[in-house]
Amino acid sequence: MILVYMECRDGKIKKSSLETLSEAKRKGDEMSMETTSVLVGHGVDALAPEPFRYGASKVYILENALLGHYSPSGYTQALLSLVKEIKPEIILFAATAMGRDLSPRLAAKLGVSLAADCVEMIAKDGKLEVKRPIFAGKAFASFTFDTSPQMASLRPNVFSLAEPAEGQGETIKKEVSIAEDQVKDKVVETLKAEGAELDVTEADIVVSGGRGVKGPENFDLLRELTDILPHAALGASRSAVDAEWIDHQHQVGQTGKTVSPNLYMAFGVSGAIQHLAGMSSSKYIVAVNKDPEAPIFKVADFGIVGDLFQVIPPLKEELKKILSE
Amino acid sequence: MFVKRVPDTESKIKINHETNSIIEEGLNFVLSPYDEYAVEEALQIKEAKGGSVTVFSVGPDEAKTTLKKCLAMGADEAVLIKDDTGETFDALRTAKIIAQLLKTKYTEFDLLLFGKQSVGADSAQVPSMVAAMLDLPQVNVVTELEVDGNAGSAIREIEGAREKVAFKLPAVISAQKGLNEPRYETLKGIMAAKRKEVPVITLGDLGIQPDDLAANLRMAKMESPPVRESGKIIEDEPAVAAKKLAEFLRQDAKVI
Repeated sequence: MILVYMECRDGKIKKSSLETLSEAKRKGDEMSMETTSVLVGHGVDALAPEPFRYGASKVYILENALLGHYSPSGYTQALLSLVKEIKPEIILFAATAMGRDLSPRLAAKLGVSLAADCVEMIAKDGKLEVKRPIFAGKAFASFTFDTSPQMASLRPNVFSLAEPAEGQGETIKKEVSIAEDQVKDKVVETLKAEGAELDVTEADIVVSGGRGVKGPENFDLLRELTDILPHAALGASRSAVDAEWIDHQHQVGQTGKTVSPNLYMAFGVSGAIQHLAGMSSSKYIVAVNKDPEAPIFKVADFGIVGDLFQVIPPLKEELKKILSE
Repeated sequence: MFVKRVPDTESKIKINHETNSIIEEGLNFVLSPYDEYAVEEALQIKEAKGGSVTVFSVGPDEAKTTLKKCLAMGADEAVLIKDDTGETFDALRTAKIIAQLLKTKYTEFDLLLFGKQSVGADSAQVPSMVAAMLDLPQVNVVTELEVDGNAGSAIREIEGAREKVAFKLPAVISAQKGLNEPRYETLKGIMAAKRKEVPVITLGDLGIQPDDLAANLRMAKMESPPVRESGKIIEDEPAVAAKKLAEFLRQDAKVI
């Protein structure tokens, strides 16, 4: 059996969890293995039908009022009791902030290793082989597991979301017994960023600015472009972040985030090796830079040698025109 | 405080396909960037609240250089847990060693600080695993930390937002960029660090048998990323170039 953790945020199951479930179902079918899912929290029953639409045959709901807010120790405790009972062969998480926080805690409690942030999963002789980036994508390593359950987290935005179908399955609700002192690290408040900006790791399009943007105020120009494009997020190079033009949340590269969007647009980004590591797996890369020798052009599918301040205004108009068609 | 020696972020990573490992020759090894924030935070807490800062690294003798840097920054003590196995990408192994150290030899502590991930293995698992093994609270990817007596509060980064987490000490914290501005070593600190001994603890000293650390993750292969071909580069007037780019996005890439 494959068990997939369903992450809830703002009363919804995260898209990256559904991507993970979609991939689990594809591999589960190949290995003739049942694909199930689990929701943890308080009052999350209403979300139960959603995983059925992506191929889950069962949805476990682990309910306790103490789990209304995320806590790695509390959630681990809840998952641990389920895993010991149903004994899945494979446990998968989306490699989101929560997934990457929670999954290693559960793995350690089960005494097994976990492959984090995987970008490929192959079914081989009834077991998994997973591929994950190392050195922020400067290399890739593939692993098999010697222990059971096999555990992995899958990178958001990499695995395709299945076409939702009319699905039905079994909902199994369990009251979790948990003591207050087992919830050791509870989220007491969620502080939303201004305008609740989309994260670069979850966006279809990343619009990124580097040293060539020249100052914090000019990021507004990139922000305007981001607003025009569907499901786009604002990114930045390390030099722009280190100059304090923009918050670190936006940094792409080896000391920032590694992204694999459909489209990566680099404006005034030279393309230092640590930046390229973080975005080279994007499907399409376009770059605008004044320097024809900038390394970013070596990975760009389409490049413009020019001044970003002169290119972006007409580009905005062209894109608006196209998108309104 | 737990730190790791890693190739710097400017490194080009080359692979030895026979051994499925990276070629270390010619690489410049440094203190892992996120660990610097953890060291700085430990020093700031010590300066504000008292106490002492001990830094550990699990690795080969060469990791002493990394530990000396932490001493030069101001750490009180540095200890090497000698492990010549090399990179296994198996976080459980490292976590077991650290948990055993904290269960047997260094049982008194208020905070365990880590970088949010090592730059290289990129697993971001050791802090959570150690917390699990010792049944401690954990807060990862922390950009703000406050400690008051045995109560702690931390802000951690999540997608497009931040979470405030309350916990009691002792606890495991992993540092994210933005937590602070790591200090440079002073000349005086470097000289003092040179004179300090870095004690070495072996896995045997911790009562760990090789079987206890048997690999769970078996590497099947290591490979370089696919090489990207550079595409079309144009130098037209901005308005013309913008139009061509928009057409490329629509017609060729079909992303909009």
